[in-house]
Amino acid sequence: MNKTIIINGEKQNIDVDEDMPLLWFLRDRLEKTGTKYGCGTGLCGACTVHVDGVATRSCVIPVGVLAGKSITTIEGLSENGDHPLQKAWLENNVPQCGYCQSGQIMNAASLLNENPTPNAEEIDSAMQGNICRCGTYQRIKKAISQVADDLAREVS
Amino acid sequence: MRSLTKINEINPNSSIKPNNAKDEQNNLGLGGVGRSTKHESADKHVSGEAIYIDDRLEAVGQLHAAVGQSSVAHANIKSIDLSAVKAAEGVVSVITVEDVPGHTDIGAVFPGDPLLALGKVEFVGQAIFAVAATSHDLARRAVQLAKIEYDELPAVLTVKDALAQNNFVRPPFTMSRGESDQAITNAEHQLKGDIKIGGQEHFYLEGQISTAEPTEDGGMIVFTSSQHPSEVQKLVAEVLDIPFNKVVVDTRRMGGAFGGKETQAAQWACIASLLANITKQAVKFKLSRSDDMCMTGKRHPFENNYHVGFDSKGQIKGINITVNGNCGYSPDLSNAIVDRAMFHSDNAYFLDQSTVIGNRCKLNTVSHTAFRGFGGPQGMMTIEMVMDDIARHLGKDPLEVRKINLYGKGERNVTHYDQKVEHNKLNELITKLEVSSNYQARRLDIMEFNKQNSILKKGLALTPVKFGISFTVQHLNQAGALVHIYTDGTIHLNHGGTEMGQGLFTKVAQIVAEEFQVNVDTVGVSATRTDKVPNTSPTAASSGTDLNGKAAQAAAKTIKARLIKYVSDKYNVSEEEVVFCNNQVFIGKQSDSQLNEGDISAVQTFTFAEIVQQAYMDRISLSSTGYYKTPKIHFDRVTGKGRPFFYYATGASVSEVLIDTLTGEYKLLRVDILQDVGHSLNPAIDLGQIEGGFIQGMGWLTTEELVWNEQGRLLSNNAATYKIPAISDAPVDFRVELVPDDPNREHTIYNSKAVGEPPLMLAMSVWSALKDAIASVGDYKTSPVLDTPATPERVLWAVEAIKSQAENMSQKVEQANQ
Repeated sequence: MNKTIIINGEKQNIDVDEDMPLLWFLRDRLEKTGTKYGCGTGLCGACTVHVDGVATRSCVIPVGVLAGKSITTIEGLSENGDHPLQKAWLENNVPQCGYCQSGQIMNAASLLNENPTPNAEEIDSAMQGNICRCGTYQRIKKAISQVADDLAREVS
Repeated sequence: MRSLTKINEINPNSSIKPNNAKDEQNNLGLGGVGRSTKHESADKHVSGEAIYIDDRLEAVGQLHAAVGQSSVAHANIKSIDLSAVKAAEGVVSVITVEDVPGHTDIGAVFPGDPLLALGKVEFVGQAIFAVAATSHDLARRAVQLAKIEYDELPAVLTVKDALAQNNFVRPPFTMSRGESDQAITNAEHQLKGDIKIGGQEHFYLEGQISTAEPTEDGGMIVFTSSQHPSEVQKLVAEVLDIPFNKVVVDTRRMGGAFGGKETQAAQWACIASLLANITKQAVKFKLSRSDDMCMTGKRHPFENNYHVGFDSKGQIKGINITVNGNCGYSPDLSNAIVDRAMFHSDNAYFLDQSTVIGNRCKLNTVSHTAFRGFGGPQGMMTIEMVMDDIARHLGKDPLEVRKINLYGKGERNVTHYDQKVEHNKLNELITKLEVSSNYQARRLDIMEFNKQNSILKKGLALTPVKFGISFTVQHLNQAGALVHIYTDGTIHLNHGGTEMGQGLFTKVAQIVAEEFQVNVDTVGVSATRTDKVPNTSPTAASSGTDLNGKAAQAAAKTIKARLIKYVSDKYNVSEEEVVFCNNQVFIGKQSDSQLNEGDISAVQTFTFAEIVQQAYMDRISLSSTGYYKTPKIHFDRVTGKGRPFFYYATGASVSEVLIDTLTGEYKLLRVDILQDVGHSLNPAIDLGQIEGGFIQGMGWLTTEELVWNEQGRLLSNNAATYKIPAISDAPVDFRVELVPDDPNREHTIYNSKAVGEPPLMLAMSVWSALKDAIASVGDYKTSPVLDTPATPERVLWAVEAIKSQAENMSQKVEQANQ
């Protein structure tokens, strides 16, 4: 009997070697390719997904240890690519090559889950491990701040 | 089909206005051009739906490639035993150079890049054999099982040794004007200096990757992350020994490239194709990050020196510069890269009597290659060092010295390679930035801060950039495009340029939308494919939009001219009375004022799609190619003189830094940038290129350190040991502006200017500001020597050097006083 894992709300059998990193289970087994391979060592952030809502580097975590957990990938972040962060990313023309951006957005979404009103330093600190070679940081900061400001207004 | 709908009923919110002007300059902003249209893939980028090569659905039975690598820097191969590799789990095919049916050398310009090692190896990581296996993992495991014996040869691992042995990948080259030696000797002041400038790993987030699929006629279709599909096509065909027309190469988008996929994507595509050809299965070859870092070339490290003579104002009278590029083991693109370093040894300054020598040093490391700026940045660094050194020598603000050396307008306006610097606005641009950044007041504040603080010191610097736009190899300055219009009025666009995130596809789509005056979202962009537009140049040299934008415009103009003639004949109006506007075609007598007021009673109106349908029914061709070649450019390499560049892109930046003199750590406090992009085709994209280029340049000059050990093995081979800028490295306060409304005086596409590479060099102001902060430790009397990357360690060493110099000086003064 295979262990199971929930991916974007759907139960999936872990029908691969349990040592397989989650990234490859997502990409090769489930063909969810929005999550990217960047460095394979958990240092670039391109493979970021949520495990029970918390940003996790999928390239260094074996799928077997995640049995029973709920995983959200970029494909499951919103219904139609309309998460407030995705909208803010578009509005601020963030992506250039786009390759790192699903990881950036997933990490930012996790940040806002934990801290809906991060200041500039908290954004820097939380996003530190997601590198963007095109250098879109200025706009990433702006997009996250914009969503945080909107959230703050909703709260107040 | 016929419609008499009034314009203002078509789309009352549209800001697109009718346009009668023939002059494209007046067209600006009326259609697709000049707007911050979002990147054509933006929605897919943020939803995860954009397909990169590794995201493509795999063919049934697809295999995965890996290569066995050299473990030594220079050796003859004594023996290769691949029996364990062949027997390994999942292995389907193992090949060496013996299995290559065609060419075994894939050198881009000159020979010297073996596809797989030919009896000897010349760097650690060189590919010796290749494997196709049933999974990526199994292929990578299998290649570890080879037993290879080497007869080691002496390895050249430093530029110094290469120079001592005249070990060059191509012969040295000199550009000169006048008698520089004499001018230096005759000048009031002389200085000498040298600098080591580090290389740079591209670290495109999407690594090198290709998938090759055999086709039914012995051919190959290759999906590759390459800036140069035509070269991949040529090399795959030559390696397989089949005609070019049997190979199709397809590149939809890259996850970053930055020059690293100009020539060096081809090897992996060729190996995948070879294995696909042998196994008759699709083969994917994806480099792991560490393999990518060890096996592909980087920005060339340089070791440059200068000898300058100048007057008491700091103006250069004569200068000798030698740039020594570390090319790695093969020519690759190094000849042109060192040339560009030589061309840019002046940056923005008139060098008067000058000699610039460029050496192409051969080392037993991976072959260094194109990287945003293509040698230009390494050339500019020397002269920016000269500016700082002269300023410290004369006790002046470096900005003053920079200004007095700028190219002039009527005089002092010819480069050391004999190109006149036309339409030169460097002085105005710098002055404007000096004011907008509040340079002078901040300079005073910083002097005060540095007096008050003994440990933390601030530095400030303004540096300009003048970057030549065009490939310096003339024949590459050409482009083709293909435009179709379908009978629903939608447009298909294809051209020879590749999309790597720079927004090329978006800009070219805007240009086509502008020609037809239709919404940009009716223009469908498509993957770069060698069977659509042939014989294309690499997307490089910042020229993607200049070349492909013009080619696409030409294609669109051809179709538009056919449509205008057709409508004019059919409706018996003059060609001037056929006007494309707001997704419509207006036919009949009209004036601007009539159109603006919506008074169009005399005008027949059809939608663009309706006119297209009519034209189709009347058998008018709705497809065209377009072609463009850059005018005016020429260069004679024998004399070292000519006009290699169509025009120059200029900009300047001001950086302010804070350093800790006890640790060498620093923070980039504020950056102000002013960049001339001519008439911007897309301000959002252009600003993004400037912001990102600056960050990338800053990484090159500050944190990104490549380290090879004494055996020639790259130690900085992963994300843990090689540090590219993270979000917290970006400037705290980052102000980027475009020079407003300043059309390119050359007839580029909508009078825009290239923006891909020039901003990278704006980061030189960070390096110069660090030196300014360090110089404050010695009361600005000594110019710090600061090789790059200026890591905190190097900043600390430079601080210590200045401190000990200052101590020695004061001891000498004391002794003299005693």
